[in-house]
Amino acid sequence: MIYAYILVMAGVTYLIRMLPLTLFQKKINNIYIKSFLYYIPYACLTAMTFPAILYATESPVSALAGFTAAVILAMRKKSLVTVAVFACAAVFIAERILNFL
Amino acid sequence: MVHDRFGEGLKDGIPIALGYFSVSFTFGMLAVNNGISPFHAVLISLLNLTSAGQFAGLTVILSGASLFEMALTQLVINIRYGLMSLALSQKFAPSVKTRHRLLIAYGNTDEIFAVASSKNGMVGQFFMYGLILLPVCGWVGGTFTGAVASTLLPAAVRSALGVALYGMFIAIVVPVAKEVNAVRIVVVLALIFSTAFYYLPVLRELSSGFMIIICTVLASAIGAVLFPVKEEES
Repeated sequence: MIYAYILVMAGVTYLIRMLPLTLFQKKINNIYIKSFLYYIPYACLTAMTFPAILYATESPVSALAGFTAAVILAMRKKSLVTVAVFACAAVFIAERILNFL
Repeated sequence: MVHDRFGEGLKDGIPIALGYFSVSFTFGMLAVNNGISPFHAVLISLLNLTSAGQFAGLTVILSGASLFEMALTQLVINIRYGLMSLALSQKFAPSVKTRHRLLIAYGNTDEIFAVASSKNGMVGQFFMYGLILLPVCGWVGGTFTGAVASTLLPAAVRSALGVALYGMFIAIVVPVAKEVNAVRIVVVLALIFSTAFYYLPVLRELSSGFMIIICTVLASAIGAVLFPVKEEES
């Protein structure tokens, strides 16, 4: 039974990813559809990040510290790794301070 | 400009692989603690390559629900990949033929999609293969490590690693939102929508998969109508 579960899980996930990628091979010329697709990554990543990030650590306060650190560094155009590492560091430090209080 | 060097893809995949390792470590741990064998946990990670979908799938397996429920859960949680694949299909160079698309589709995760779309110009299949390889290793390796040695990382470190992938997302969105007015407005809209969906009664009953789809479509559609982008920007 576990293999049936795994197969259905993997099959559905793959089809969702595969169908649009193979069916839409032509370049789309309609300016509105093109604009819509251009905005998707930004809208999607934003919706996935906030407010979910607030609940990704031990407490929303430490998560907020990580979020703030990430936004400040990203504003200064630091690399993906730098932003991610310092966001984690900010969470770690904030949690040590919270535990101390 | 076409990005099609395998090495460039590999390099861009390193931070994703590191982030994946910690997330899938948690998945491996959780799965084994709930009675799934390490082999099955690794198999799930290898075949699915998705975080939210796997955690939800694990819940479905443990509750003994039907295969139909499993299919529906995965559809709802992962339908956002359909949107991402649609956007990614427009980013590919002409050299990316159907057989390549069939393979690349396997690796279209949130983060791989994010990095591929952040590239200027188009991307080719070799860049994509490079980009996908290390994150898959990180995802599968993390699951395995978590499954066999569930006490390796102290809780404090695991908690801190919880924001790693979000940090990457922020690093991709914020610089562009700072430079381009229209993107900033789309981002603010998406932020308002997702916050509303998270906290408001009735709206918060929706699954996170649907919530992401609705916020993405709404914010991007409003952006497209208000600020259609010119050729050179996209």
